[in-house]
Amino acid sequence: MKKRIMAAALVSLCGVLGLSFATPSLAQKKDETIAGIEKYREMLGDDNPAELYEMRGEAAWKKPAGPNNVSLEKCDLGLGAGIVKGAYAQTPRYFEDAGRVMDIESRIAWCMMTVQGISEADMRKRPFGSADKPSLMEDLVTYVVTASKGFKIAPPNTHPQEKAAFELGQSIFHVRAGPYDFSCATCHGQDGKRIRLQELPNLTKAADNQRAYIGWPAYRVSTSQVHSMQWRINDCFRQQRLPEPKYMSESVNALITYMAVMATGAEYKGPALKR
Amino acid sequence: MADPMKIRAQIKGDVAEIRVLMSHPMETGQRKDSDGKIIPAHYIQTVTVALNGKNVVSGQTGGSVSRNPVFGFKVKGAKAGDKVAVTWKDNKGDSRTDEASIA
Repeated sequence: MKKRIMAAALVSLCGVLGLSFATPSLAQKKDETIAGIEKYREMLGDDNPAELYEMRGEAAWKKPAGPNNVSLEKCDLGLGAGIVKGAYAQTPRYFEDAGRVMDIESRIAWCMMTVQGISEADMRKRPFGSADKPSLMEDLVTYVVTASKGFKIAPPNTHPQEKAAFELGQSIFHVRAGPYDFSCATCHGQDGKRIRLQELPNLTKAADNQRAYIGWPAYRVSTSQVHSMQWRINDCFRQQRLPEPKYMSESVNALITYMAVMATGAEYKGPALKR
Repeated sequence: MADPMKIRAQIKGDVAEIRVLMSHPMETGQRKDSDGKIIPAHYIQTVTVALNGKNVVSGQTGGSVSRNPVFGFKVKGAKAGDKVAVTWKDNKGDSRTDEASIA
């Protein structure tokens, strides 16, 4: 008898809680929170410290370096040797000379190795820098992607290898693994999800990909540094408690290809500014 | 040697809007490194803005300002083409001056 009363009390308590959750005030409050975050982003948007990276990156791009003592100005980022403007918007793509699908970072690294003669081991030494000491790659990437400001994201996705990379990326996106049995889709496969104040894009949908893809590379205020897309995917693997992927590996490039193709048509606005 | 600043100066009516992005670690002196040692304070202490050589803004800053800070000023009575010079000095005696003209 006592148990039944307890149960009844519990049910009514749940009923009350359920009701309070359904009241409009909470929904309204959530909207206000999102509006507040958006206002904060807008205020941050104007002066992005990524510009400091861009300035350093441009200087590094034009400075002769490596065993061959040449600059990266001869680097072919997909639109022809020496063309930086708009090149990022049309990556990842298949590069005949390299024989694989590359994102912008892989291509810059490839140029460092082939044009400047830097060894692969040296190139891989320090891809991700710190706030105190940004990496050369972060500077270069920021410079190259900023040159695509105002361009529409348009990876070709026509070569069989590009299509294969897209499909590989899409399947990796849904593969569950690791101690948490997580896939990318666990967090990024549904609408309206959030981790703390961070809204999670639903990356199975084109519209969300368009918003998310142009958000990287980005300057993070909380870490005081620019993070590249390779870093972003790398960190997603870490958050899933998966082994750290090899820098610029096929799987990471495939995931970037998947997102880039899904984001086709979005206007790139330059490196983003994030909390 | 510190990296250059990025200065944007735009005229709106007779008021110039000056925005400066500085490259500086702005270390508070309260953080510790991975060995547990305190990272010495390193931050900008004074910021001055000169318009055609005449000082129009001078301010003091401290360790509570973020890394790579952005400052914005509004200066009355400026014209397009005027030279803006921004200078910062930090607690280690380092300083840097960069110039831009008002657009």
